[in-house]
Amino acid sequence: MTVRVAVVTFPGSNDDRDAVRALALLGAEPVAVWHEAERLPEVGAVVLPGGFSYGDYLRCGAIARFSPAMRAVREFAEAGGTVLGICNGFQVLCEAGLLPGVLRRNASLEFVCADVDVRVEQIDTPFTSACSQGDVLTIPIKHGEGAWFADRDLLDDVEAGGQVVLRYASGNPNGSVNDVAGVVSERRNVMGLMPHPEHAVDALLGAAGGRPILESLIAAAAARTPVLA
Amino acid sequence: MRATVLVRPKAGILDPQGEAVESSLRHLGFSVSGARVGRLVELDVDAPDAERARVELERMCEQLLTNPLIESYELRIEGGA
Repeated sequence: MTVRVAVVTFPGSNDDRDAVRALALLGAEPVAVWHEAERLPEVGAVVLPGGFSYGDYLRCGAIARFSPAMRAVREFAEAGGTVLGICNGFQVLCEAGLLPGVLRRNASLEFVCADVDVRVEQIDTPFTSACSQGDVLTIPIKHGEGAWFADRDLLDDVEAGGQVVLRYASGNPNGSVNDVAGVVSERRNVMGLMPHPEHAVDALLGAAGGRPILESLIAAAAARTPVLA
Repeated sequence: MRATVLVRPKAGILDPQGEAVESSLRHLGFSVSGARVGRLVELDVDAPDAERARVELERMCEQLLTNPLIESYELRIEGGA
């Protein structure tokens, strides 16, 4: 049985094909979903890819959260479904209120494009079950607005709840508070991260640090996918 | 009814854009401090009076125009208070 994972494309998404390719490479069956789709196909997990949905107008992710597909993704998440937002997908999930905090302009004001090291802080999530506590993964980032921010009270809650899953391990590239690179929701079924695991699944192409994250996601999706005849 | 929404980075929140603008102005020889960069939205609101326009605008700010975690807003309504 193949594990089906939806990849949502918004106008301006540009990493959707990489996400599709990476998921297929790791044995899943990616299912492309256009932003106008009012219902999700039968899938075990959803990926919101990187890019510049709706031109990043107003604030990154602020417009995408009103798309029909996002209503379906919200229902999926509220029913406990596994949802991963990468880069712009992370921004969308924060703006939609499915993840805590917000992504702000990089402290340097510069677009950063580099391989970064992130440390796995939590392994009891559907996104890091294939990792070991403290693993350091090398995964590329490429963003201008990736500084995750939460005010003091929210930050305390997020830290106390063990919701910080990934932290930058060798220098903070964007000025995020507490070196946060990725967070999960309170229920731990929704995650957002600025690094791009879908660009790092093949050592031949530079780095494979994204593999365990997508492998974890696929395993979670497999556990959820209803058996289709 | 013509309205203007001024969106600002919340007080106390680091504003790297404001800092960069301030630094550039200083390089030009201007004596400035405390620069903050926000956003301005102008729009016509279909409302019978300024008070109702204000209520509508507040809802717009909460739902879309601002992110309350990091931004505050100020409303200016033509002919209103």
